[in-house]
Amino acid sequence: MSIKDILSPFSGWKKVFDEPVVVKDPVNDRPGAPRYRGFHRNDIATCIGCGTCETICENEAIDLVPVQGIETRDGDSGLRPRVDYGRCCWCALCVDVCTTGSLTLSNAYIWVDEDPGVYRFTPGVDDMPWQREEKGWKKPEGNYEFYSLKREPMEHLRPEERNDSFAEMVRGFSKEQAMREADRCVECGICVATCPAHMGIPEYIRAVRDDDMERGLKILYDTNPLPEICGRICTHKCETVCSIGHRGEPVSIRWLKRYIADQNPSEKYKQILETGVLDKNGKKVAIIGSGPAGLSAAHYLSLMGYECTIYEKLPKTGGMMRFGIPEYRLPYDQIDKDIDYILSLGVHIIYNTTVGKDITLDQLKRDYDAVFAATGLHQGRSTRIEGTDHRHVYQATDLLRKVTLGEEIHVGRRIVVIGGGNVAMDITRTLARLQRLKYGEVRIITTSLETEDAMPADSEEVVGSREEGATVIPGWAPRKIDIAEDEIKGLHVVQCLSLFDEKGAFNPQCNFDNHRFFEGDMIVESIGQGMDLVYLTEGIKEHLEMTPRGRIRVDDYFQSSIPWLFFGGDIIQGPDVIHGIANGHKAARGIDRFLSGTADKQQTT
Amino acid sequence: MIDPVQKIFRFQPDRSLYPETGADGKPVIRLDSGKFIKVWQGPNHPGVTGNMSLELTISGDEVVESKTHVGYLHRGFEKLFERRRYIQCFPTCIRMCVPEPDTNEYNLARGTEELAGIEVPETANWLRMLALEMARLQVLLRMVPGQAATMGLGLGAQWGMYFRELILDRFEELTGGRIYHMYILPGGVRGMMPDGFRERLGENLKKIDGFIKDIDKLIFHNAVFRKRTIGIGHIPADWVDHYGITGPVARAAGFKRDVRKDYPYLYYHQINFDYNIEHDSDVFARFLVRRKDLETTVDILRQIMAKMPEKGIIRAETPNVLHWRIPKGETYVRCESSRGEYGFYMVSDGSMYPRRINLRGPSYTHAVSVLERLLVNANISDISSIMVSLATCPPEIER
Ligand code: SF4
Ligand code: SF4
Repeated sequence: MSIKDILSPFSGWKKVFDEPVVVKDPVNDRPGAPRYRGFHRNDIATCIGCGTCETICENEAIDLVPVQGIETRDGDSGLRPRVDYGRCCWCALCVDVCTTGSLTLSNAYIWVDEDPGVYRFTPGVDDMPWQREEKGWKKPEGNYEFYSLKREPMEHLRPEERNDSFAEMVRGFSKEQAMREADRCVECGICVATCPAHMGIPEYIRAVRDDDMERGLKILYDTNPLPEICGRICTHKCETVCSIGHRGEPVSIRWLKRYIADQNPSEKYKQILETGVLDKNGKKVAIIGSGPAGLSAAHYLSLMGYECTIYEKLPKTGGMMRFGIPEYRLPYDQIDKDIDYILSLGVHIIYNTTVGKDITLDQLKRDYDAVFAATGLHQGRSTRIEGTDHRHVYQATDLLRKVTLGEEIHVGRRIVVIGGGNVAMDITRTLARLQRLKYGEVRIITTSLETEDAMPADSEEVVGSREEGATVIPGWAPRKIDIAEDEIKGLHVVQCLSLFDEKGAFNPQCNFDNHRFFEGDMIVESIGQGMDLVYLTEGIKEHLEMTPRGRIRVDDYFQSSIPWLFFGGDIIQGPDVIHGIANGHKAARGIDRFLSGTADKQQTT
Repeated sequence: MIDPVQKIFRFQPDRSLYPETGADGKPVIRLDSGKFIKVWQGPNHPGVTGNMSLELTISGDEVVESKTHVGYLHRGFEKLFERRRYIQCFPTCIRMCVPEPDTNEYNLARGTEELAGIEVPETANWLRMLALEMARLQVLLRMVPGQAATMGLGLGAQWGMYFRELILDRFEELTGGRIYHMYILPGGVRGMMPDGFRERLGENLKKIDGFIKDIDKLIFHNAVFRKRTIGIGHIPADWVDHYGITGPVARAAGFKRDVRKDYPYLYYHQINFDYNIEHDSDVFARFLVRRKDLETTVDILRQIMAKMPEKGIIRAETPNVLHWRIPKGETYVRCESSRGEYGFYMVSDGSMYPRRINLRGPSYTHAVSVLERLLVNANISDISSIMVSLATCPPEIER
């Protein structure tokens, strides 16, 4: 120690003359950094209430609550996150995990209020001064994701491998692929509400992650007895709302369902699903049609102890699933796998029997306790333009049915298909294969009223059609079929400008000056199907209430105004397999309510 | 001849009277003799680091016996981890050390990555080093002058606070938080350096250079500070391995101990720096080591800024963090915190939740075992000084 040690501390005095460094008003003099993790903001219009923020919050500071003015709808739970600042630690994991990117933090520093209650608030709904601030924490940019936004690619047969064969195109996931895809799900359940059958999607995806295929199968059968079929051709409405799809590609829900079904061998179904022995309750139900709705009803009714008999007019089961969808999309052995299991539950099936012709509905009423009619839409509609009565103008559904039955069909050299839905693509791709087999080349033009972005067909179907050699030209309205010397020469079309008028009614507007001619010697119409209800006798029709739009009126349980008669499937809800399955399930419960007397509204006629 | 300054500060208490030594060689403490007093220092005592208590038995103004009591923080993080997904452990683990939370983030991230076999992108690793060194710097800026505050020399500590705030400003820019940065997470980090960050940090470091010179004059060449730290709280060299003393406390006893050099992690092997060693192993030596660490840290930060890539990927692809299952296994990861070796022992049973995350930090050893022994015979006015020189952090003990 030295004298220096006494004197040197006095050097501190020199700071007396320095500028003070204290900030007097930290809020205004020094705003938070652009990345500061301040208070929560939520873009309420973008938020879908998926609740992933609630899941990740380690402090349980977030609750999803109903909010006035926000309705529950497809893809939106109608709930919004409420944050509790008594618990929050401002980690911003909720922001980083947000599926839509709606949740952010402001860069506000200070919030003082006498009322402790205000510190629990719903960002974006409760008006806070920082809601409109630009700065603050947002999900970091770049390669920073808490889950993958990219789908696991599904392998397809290459066009040249598939264009002359009816072998299944989609290969299905391997275990590793399925695991990776299942990993992307955040278990929000947004998809469940949109799935017509309300399948336990996050639960079965979790079963994939856990590699527990038996549990997965059980979950599938809770709501859907046709998983192999749906796993291939379901219209997957769930995927259109999947929350991951907001910033990335939606989870491949359908392929994961297929993966579970594919992994379970049919011999083990009864053991896994514990349906070896079913108690019978002695009641009998007749089901008309073995399409998805009929089979679904038969399945759930059998589990409840009813003895079911299906009347099928064709020699095989499946309805449109077998006769309307080409084999390359839905192989017959997979249809059989699902249906054989349902039949093995003791469901009787009577083939080649048309109700209304071979047996009457009244007869069914006498022999059974209830009847479920799910006869579907099989009658192709015609454009009724000039020339449609020619022998080489066909209905897509007729052709598809014949192909399935192995019957010979006419295949033209140049074909024009009218229609923009999946059935139009199915017939296009089926005829393309047949043309390639017969002539070695494909010359098909498929045209639709709708423009490309509005076509009802799945885009992968359109892409597939093109890959296989067909020309798809959307946005044209058929005018007239050109016929010379009793042979079709082609189709005259005009440009279609719009489909609906201001009131939303179907009323196509065309530009008649813009005209084209599609050459062809065969025309196929695929503009939708109608129903054939000949089995409804006058006596029944008299008691059957109809909706103003001419459809049969049914209640929530698909019971008609005639209590023993239930209707479901395409004739009620339009063409869709998964809707049919959902109706069948609901109708089965309705029939059970009716027959077991548990229905709250019991009526007699 | 005795230095005149030494003469002024000379004070030699008569240590022969109390306490008597019993046959077993231990002091005989009889409270009813009236020669001893029990005093609690803490849990809310300005001279105690954080929420802990010392139960002191004193005789006159000397400590005869000291017992460390913890339990005032009641948080049980290690138990909480068992019920949290790995990503949810991330905002929780930082609370195990308030002054330097980043070491927790880093250990959790690295342990998780090691168990899961994740390769962290290069840029992210540099940013991790940046955050860890900035964290060390802000701790030392508070701690080095803070040592003087334990003996009433508060001025340097206040200056230090200002310079620490400058670094916290940089943290706010980089990580979005001032105290709890929550920046290093499994897979990488949460953001690139914002524009102009290097320049602003460079400016701050220049100011800190000046500050180090100032505190040299104010504190290290201060007769009071020297008198009250030299020879005080001496830790004999043989305690170091016996107790498992690490960090600056070990280095002040002449040991070359620094995880950054002994078990290099991140890119420390690309950085030029040396062990900061002293030999006297008293409070003064420990603070000389920390003072040198302060300089070293500034230098390391400059090297990081010079070597770090401008751009790059900040986070590796990981499975969905909401159900990330970490393969079965166990690992011990460590880094050098400002207080010494800071390690996580992590066990995974293959599920989404850690089976065990156990923290091995320097405070447990330093504040419990070492402090209890070191305080015997110390003057009560030196307790704070000794305690602070060990750099104890109660949240790290009670986790
Ligand atoms: S910032 Fe963190 S603690 Fe706060 S609500 Fe979000 S996830 Fe929960
Ligand atoms: S599939 Fe998509 S919408 Fe459904 S639970 Fe998973 S993340 Fe949510």
